[in-house]
Amino acid sequence: MKRREFLTLPAAAIGGTLLYTLAGEPLRLKAQDGVVRVPLRFFTAAEARVIAAACERIFPSDASGPGATEAGVAVYIDRQLAGPYGRDKYRYTQGPWVESMPEHGYQGRETPQQTYRQGLKDLGDFAGLSMDEPIAKLKSMERSRFFQLLRTHTIEGMFCDPMHGGNAGLIGWQLVGYPGPRMSYREEVDKHFGEPWRPKPASLEQIMGRPGKLWEDEKD
Amino acid sequence: MLLPEYIYITVGNLTKNGTRREYTVNCWKRAHSCDGTTRMTNLKPVDVAVIGGGWTGLLMAKEITEKTPLSVAVFERGGPHKTADYALTMDEVDYFIRLRMMQNIAEETITHRHSVGKPAVPMRQYGSFLPGTGVGGSGEHWGGLSFRYLPDVFTLRTHLTSKHGAAKLSPDLAVQDWGVTYDDLEPLYWKAEQLLGVSGKAGNLRGQKIEGGNIFEAPRQNEYPTPPLKYSYVSRLFEDAAKRLGYHPHPSPGATISQTYRNPDGVTRPGCEYCGHCQRFGCMIGAKAQPSNTLMPVLAGRSKFQLHTGSWVRRVVHKDGRATGIRFMNNEGQEFFQPAEIVVLASFTLNNVRLLSLSKIGTPYDSAVRKGTLGSHLTQQVQHTTRLFFDKPLNAFMGAGSLAIKFSDFDGDLGFSGAEEGLLRGGIFSVGSTGEGPIRSFGVMPSGVTSETWGSEWKRASMAWKDRVAGINMFGEHLSYWHNFMDLDPTYTDKFGDPLLRFTMDWTDHEHRQREFAAKIHAEVAREMGARFDATPPRRAPYDIVTYQGTHIQGGAVMGMSPHHSVVNRYLQHWDMPNVWVIGGSAFPHNAALNPTLTAMALTHWSADALIGRYLKHPEKLV
Repeated sequence: MKRREFLTLPAAAIGGTLLYTLAGEPLRLKAQDGVVRVPLRFFTAAEARVIAAACERIFPSDASGPGATEAGVAVYIDRQLAGPYGRDKYRYTQGPWVESMPEHGYQGRETPQQTYRQGLKDLGDFAGLSMDEPIAKLKSMERSRFFQLLRTHTIEGMFCDPMHGGNAGLIGWQLVGYPGPRMSYREEVDKHFGEPWRPKPASLEQIMGRPGKLWEDEKD
Repeated sequence: MLLPEYIYITVGNLTKNGTRREYTVNCWKRAHSCDGTTRMTNLKPVDVAVIGGGWTGLLMAKEITEKTPLSVAVFERGGPHKTADYALTMDEVDYFIRLRMMQNIAEETITHRHSVGKPAVPMRQYGSFLPGTGVGGSGEHWGGLSFRYLPDVFTLRTHLTSKHGAAKLSPDLAVQDWGVTYDDLEPLYWKAEQLLGVSGKAGNLRGQKIEGGNIFEAPRQNEYPTPPLKYSYVSRLFEDAAKRLGYHPHPSPGATISQTYRNPDGVTRPGCEYCGHCQRFGCMIGAKAQPSNTLMPVLAGRSKFQLHTGSWVRRVVHKDGRATGIRFMNNEGQEFFQPAEIVVLASFTLNNVRLLSLSKIGTPYDSAVRKGTLGSHLTQQVQHTTRLFFDKPLNAFMGAGSLAIKFSDFDGDLGFSGAEEGLLRGGIFSVGSTGEGPIRSFGVMPSGVTSETWGSEWKRASMAWKDRVAGINMFGEHLSYWHNFMDLDPTYTDKFGDPLLRFTMDWTDHEHRQREFAAKIHAEVAREMGARFDATPPRRAPYDIVTYQGTHIQGGAVMGMSPHHSVVNRYLQHWDMPNVWVIGGSAFPHNAALNPTLTAMALTHWSADALIGRYLKHPEKLV
């Protein structure tokens, strides 16, 4: 087994969130010196820093509210890539492989894991770029499959249930006023017409009192 | 409410979902011989083998075990499902985005090409349709919309010929009369509606038109079992606008029921809680009718019923013009032969057609000469959606799969003569509140707000438009054409090495016109609703396997009055093999503008009545 790698995040964002290791052991993160160290499943620490920096450009923390770093988006992506999705376990991967028209969707051989590894190479020392260079770099990659995946996964990581590693502290749901999964809206669905109704968000685990069985934790 | 524990009879291991008691009733021994090769194990014969444990297969099993002493064994590829498991599945990532309830596309998919002569490529990830797996099939993750079809749908060839004249109909048009009529099916629709407890409001009760219901529907003998669901904000806006424009909006009939209901089988289900987790999810309280909460509670107690989960049927075995049983694999890769007197194919449209093709039952359709029947009449659903943008929040996270307001003024060929628009058939218009997760609509905004797709400006705009987006949708009737069909792919295979099913399908001018017509109506309604909308006319794009268009794939083993034009007769009995029955969407000669489940169930009753009432007395061809 490879050396365990960690992503270091600001504690204010993610401290106290219950995370699970790849082996399924619960791990209560504790803030140490204002930071937390999240064990990684797919990325190396250096890769995770690059991905986190790129996600932050896609969904920045700014005057309109917190962004990808506070939500722990890189942790979400790390777990998706380590799981069945990342290695195309649930995709038809028999050949022959042919190029086709857009109406036939992605026909490539590359798994999401491979796309990210290549994308990381293309990003290079992204975290070390300064001024407007990161934005220019991402602009130049906008049309690539890697960037498309990264953008999609950043949105997913912002607004997923926190059991998947993103949306830490329900920060994404607070940002858009989503209450989380709830058992019932029977008394509310035909009220509040034209008015925002924004009950305090709660996660699936908070609602159900037990954790979900995540697909990314599926063993082979 | 407690549902009885199900008894799953399994051959080999349950799938990973399996937590139920395991029973092994059939006598068999492990089939590995000394050299490690596997040989086929013969099981004890059953009277009826049903392939597929979804709505139609389990309904057929219920009818047979209720009305006859026959033994019925249902073979389902996936694992068991039960209501209690669904509470922990209210998760947008795993279920809405990664599609965890669907068949494993790595094991089997389809290939697609737009026309003969072009190379077909596999659908490598799900897109245009989503077949479910496990007990209940797609009936577990469906939205629950439960319509009856218009009477002229069942006699479409006759209807169009008398309306337009045979000379005006394209020679490419393959539509035909189904061999049943609405009057045949009316009492069976009612049985299906009671089974599901369908919520709705009658608009035509024994010929009397009732405002507030769908006044264009065919006469019904009974009011719906339960009243309509509540209104959401956007559905109220849509209804008011449609009324002002002179249309006749009505609540959609739906199987996510509005209040507690006890069906004729004694199964009680609660009313919907509007949690917004219907489509692509299972219902955690059983308010949405699913085979697991409606048919399984009845079947589980029947001694003549067996359900084999984790059982992948590969062939219908036959000899001298009659089926002798089925061959299937369990999850451990062991192969079994199940002898049976009657074989019912009741899996998803695609698998019914593929199994018949692989088993060499029937005459494959040859598009070059338009001869043969197996695989012809492939249809899906013509859809067009126009996004609506509002200046007020919609609280769109609340809703239900069947919470929709519709107007049927353009269903069938109502509302237009057909000549001026170049249209033979139209569609129905609706705005739904199915419950929206936070991921799927983030970043949707009116065109022109920003050109950025990431970064600060995009983030601010996306947040500003969050929860202000809805869609008006047209569900159009999809006519069948001789150039849209299914056959076996010469190149790509499933996990066992069996050929995949190949789609040859593209849109024609008629479907493009249906969408262009829809866009005009959408614009009219959107303006009346006071919404911003995208006025770009629909692109005349080829059929695509990427965009979701409804899991309403029909045809391939269609019903009809002659063996030259159909695979099964009007009772869904195979023309060539009297003890093979093929039920479900594969029998539809074209696709109406409405969700197919209720019609598939009414036809299952129709078929079951013929099988039980006539075939068993004289087990030969009924026609």
